[in-house]
Amino acid sequence: MELIFEISKPGRNAADVTASDVPAVNIEDAIGKKYLRKELDLPEVAEVDLVRHYTNLSRRNFGVDLGFYPLGSCTMKYNPKVNENIAVLPGFTGLHPYADDESAQGNLQLMYEMQKYLSNIFGMAEFTLQPAAGAHGELTGIMMIKKYFEKKNEKRPLILIPDTAHGTNPASGALCGFETVTLRSNSEGGVDIDHLMSLMTKDVAGLMLTNPNTLGLFERNIEKVAQIVHGKGGLLYGDGANANAFLGKARPGDLGFDVIQLNLHKTFSTPHGGGGPGSGPVGVCAKLVNYLPVPRIIKTGHSYSWSGKFPDTIGRIRSFYGNFNVVVKAYTYIRALGAEGLTHATEMAVLNANYIKEKLKPYFDLPYDRVCMHECVFSGKRQVAQNGVHTTDIAKRLIDFGYHPPTIYFPLIVPEAIMIEPTETESKETLDTFCDAMIAIANEAKENPQRVKDAPLTTPVSRLDEVLAARKPDVCWKRS
Amino acid sequence: MSKPNPTDRLYSRDHEWVKDNGDGTAIIGITDHAQEMLTDIVFVELPEIGKKVAKSDPVAVVESVKSVSDVYAPVGGEIIDVNKKLEESPELINQDAFGEGWIVKMRLADAGELKTLLSAADYEQLVKEEKH
Amino acid sequence: MDYYPHTPDDIAQMQSVVGIASIDELFADIPQKFRLKSVLDIPAALSEQETIAAMSGIASKNKLQQLTLTGAGAYYHFIPAVVGHIVGRAEFYTAYTPYQAEISQGILQAIYEYQTMIAHLTGTEIANASMYDGASAMAEAAVLCAKMSNRTKIIVARSVHPEYRQVVNTYSWANGYTVVEIPYAPSGQIDLNALQNELDDQVAAVLVQSPNFFGVIEDIVPLTDAAHNKGALLVAGFTDGTSLGILQPAGASGADFVVGEGQSFGNPLNYGGPYLGIFAAREKFMRRIPGRLVGATVDKNGKRGFVLTLQTREQHIRREKATSNICSNEALCALAAGVYLAALGKNLRKLAELNIYKTQYLKNKLLQLKGWKEVFSAPVYNEFVLRCPDARPVNEKLKNKGIIGGYELHKDYPELENALLFCATEMISKDDMDKVVAILK
Repeated sequence: MELIFEISKPGRNAADVTASDVPAVNIEDAIGKKYLRKELDLPEVAEVDLVRHYTNLSRRNFGVDLGFYPLGSCTMKYNPKVNENIAVLPGFTGLHPYADDESAQGNLQLMYEMQKYLSNIFGMAEFTLQPAAGAHGELTGIMMIKKYFEKKNEKRPLILIPDTAHGTNPASGALCGFETVTLRSNSEGGVDIDHLMSLMTKDVAGLMLTNPNTLGLFERNIEKVAQIVHGKGGLLYGDGANANAFLGKARPGDLGFDVIQLNLHKTFSTPHGGGGPGSGPVGVCAKLVNYLPVPRIIKTGHSYSWSGKFPDTIGRIRSFYGNFNVVVKAYTYIRALGAEGLTHATEMAVLNANYIKEKLKPYFDLPYDRVCMHECVFSGKRQVAQNGVHTTDIAKRLIDFGYHPPTIYFPLIVPEAIMIEPTETESKETLDTFCDAMIAIANEAKENPQRVKDAPLTTPVSRLDEVLAARKPDVCWKRS
Repeated sequence: MSKPNPTDRLYSRDHEWVKDNGDGTAIIGITDHAQEMLTDIVFVELPEIGKKVAKSDPVAVVESVKSVSDVYAPVGGEIIDVNKKLEESPELINQDAFGEGWIVKMRLADAGELKTLLSAADYEQLVKEEKH
Repeated sequence: MDYYPHTPDDIAQMQSVVGIASIDELFADIPQKFRLKSVLDIPAALSEQETIAAMSGIASKNKLQQLTLTGAGAYYHFIPAVVGHIVGRAEFYTAYTPYQAEISQGILQAIYEYQTMIAHLTGTEIANASMYDGASAMAEAAVLCAKMSNRTKIIVARSVHPEYRQVVNTYSWANGYTVVEIPYAPSGQIDLNALQNELDDQVAAVLVQSPNFFGVIEDIVPLTDAAHNKGALLVAGFTDGTSLGILQPAGASGADFVVGEGQSFGNPLNYGGPYLGIFAAREKFMRRIPGRLVGATVDKNGKRGFVLTLQTREQHIRREKATSNICSNEALCALAAGVYLAALGKNLRKLAELNIYKTQYLKNKLLQLKGWKEVFSAPVYNEFVLRCPDARPVNEKLKNKGIIGGYELHKDYPELENALLFCATEMISKDDMDKVVAILK
């Protein structure tokens, strides 16, 4: 497909500019010649060509609305359309962030109630909605841990992170000046308690734990883990990316987590948008509330207002209030589902994952054969040994069957990992047909491996040369 | 199958090789086995000439599409030359890890450190053990 | 309302395949003492119809202004109809990050085109696929400069948006950097002498904004020279991207990084978010910059295609050695920006000119009011600062007529008592502006 620049023609344009109803001004006089740009090289296309260009691009993309998207750790559940309708109400899209509080009571109420609902669902004392994504939330949470120890005058330069952790965990720790120490997993995929006991000292600020972990397994020893960390005065950080596994069943706050971040674009159904925008609210226990980012909403009687009067805050981590419009969608989702709906969502998500696990385990190596939570992790080791078919080949071949591949090569402790998270919004038929496809590919890997290695065979482009893209990066089109 | 490990040089446990020039300088690279594990190398971050490194300090970074690896100095010394060809053609390491794909040349701080390294045969043994 | 398709029959069949008699068994790993015994304390479920009623009720508690004279980091611009239709396509908005390139060529190509337009607009060679917002983009640029140089001092101009400075402070504190603020001169531009006095060989980056928070256009070249002379890097920010339609971009004046807010490009005000962090840089920083990057390449048949490239910079590979932890970004907002820029094309210049005409008109009319004076002498784009005899009644009077007045500067700049920051975009009509002046007479 041609680039928008390649279909441009001088003199064309799609969007017009209203004629001025005020006198024109000599721009050079008003601004000064030296501050004016010399050329403006943007596409010049008519509206029909613009629309065709992007519409055709969209048809080369795959979204949840098109098909099954079993990406482990991403919770690609269906994005309800009512959320989209609500989010474009002028009342929600039209306010300037500096509108006075009196004019924004609807927005403030929504955010305040969202914080309360999340606090209840997750067993935390208070939430902030300012972080714009999960990783941003992690950074915020780690910053609050840092501030907590600063206020106590305790030097704790280390942070513990399991070997199964998502890459954002150690990256967030390092961005706050912490040195990360890797914590081993045991043979069941949980925390190695002995290793934790040996690592947990007064130099350690805390442990960043994902529960259930990135293997989809609930940390059975969570009580002991919390005890060990708290016993040496440390804090327990919870990566809530996998919250879809326990809504209405358990609460991180009850399990001993002091601070958690959530991903509204995962658990709470807001669309992924091709990579964003998301939203990463952070919840804290009572002793960390004072460190929350500002401004915070206060309720006086029946009215709400913003306040920055929190002297121990870590400060701001984003301009304005966070990804408000994303919060609107998540709030709508919580109101629509209610307590029972959220709990059912978790139940069906976990049932779906276990169903897939049982159906596929005769065909793919299952490193941890126990009840999983909302996702299951297989290894493509058997297929590699048979005929050198790797997980990446299996993933690409799934594309030919009409599916988005699962998460691959993560977590790092499982070789040739295949992480499948169906979510609750998939029917038994979808799961059955998906399993049939996976089984067919397992057979192909045995009988006709080259076909799998050549995949995908049915897409607009075949496998792309990532090596060339990294050796000779071309990230900006240049007119030749 | 990796290329055979030349016997005219010594090896570290981190898959680097050191070729002693006999005049107080040495050339350092990574083994063919290492480049196989990394797969297609897309970028090499070379150190500044004049930089002083101790044994086991990271001295260069080698990137493939899906991974980043530090190259550690098997012995200590001062960097006196780097293989500038790797800037344009990082794939030289994949094609000829023991020859055209050399990474840095250094003036040795302490030739005695060479004694701590492995012979080609010992390195081959190490690789065999790692495979199991 | 709920979205899971399972019938009781499905559930029974699936339970038997899994080998359980009840759903409860699936949660056996959760210690009994932690299992919730009661239902979550949130409102009961609603039907879709009830949901719409409840949400509309909340939305209607907001009072939408007829008119706003405040910019200050978020701008009311016209969004062409095409933008909403494109970003509303489910193939785009329900898609995930394009890690599987073969089925994501749509968003990958669209972002490649966006990166190209942004690089050109900012006068740089590379732009990433987006950051969270202008403030965090600036903070991440500062952190990157510090990590690359191993220096720990950051200089920030006081004329940078107060919230941007707050975010820079937070990120700098977290990493142990020192932040020093430099003042503005009477012209409204940065005090170059003050900058030169603060610059030493410990400074990693100098952070400036143009047009700055006061709407004043900075002279970037001397700032860049001063920074580079001491081995520091220059980070130039902006808050209204439409300014790039007419103004010389900081990249062309030697800035190392150009960061800013892309909300003006086709994204609604949305009460502050989601917005769009723009991050552009000189080519030599390509392998260090944060955020995702889309690169062009070919498939095995030589056909052009696009992939996320240089992922080794990112958290999922470099982990604790990454210079940023960013994962999800503002992709859909970047798509909106790309469509907006492609739709306007060279008309972006006309749009910027229109903003200037409106701004000059509003400024001159307000200056006719008794006792109102200009505060800064340097040229402005679409925002300006005026001092009036008493600021509070000004905004009160306007508020009573459903108009958001100017931003009160004394909150962030105590020395600017009774000074208001006004913004005029293409969305404000001559009649509106005359009405404002009439109310304030």
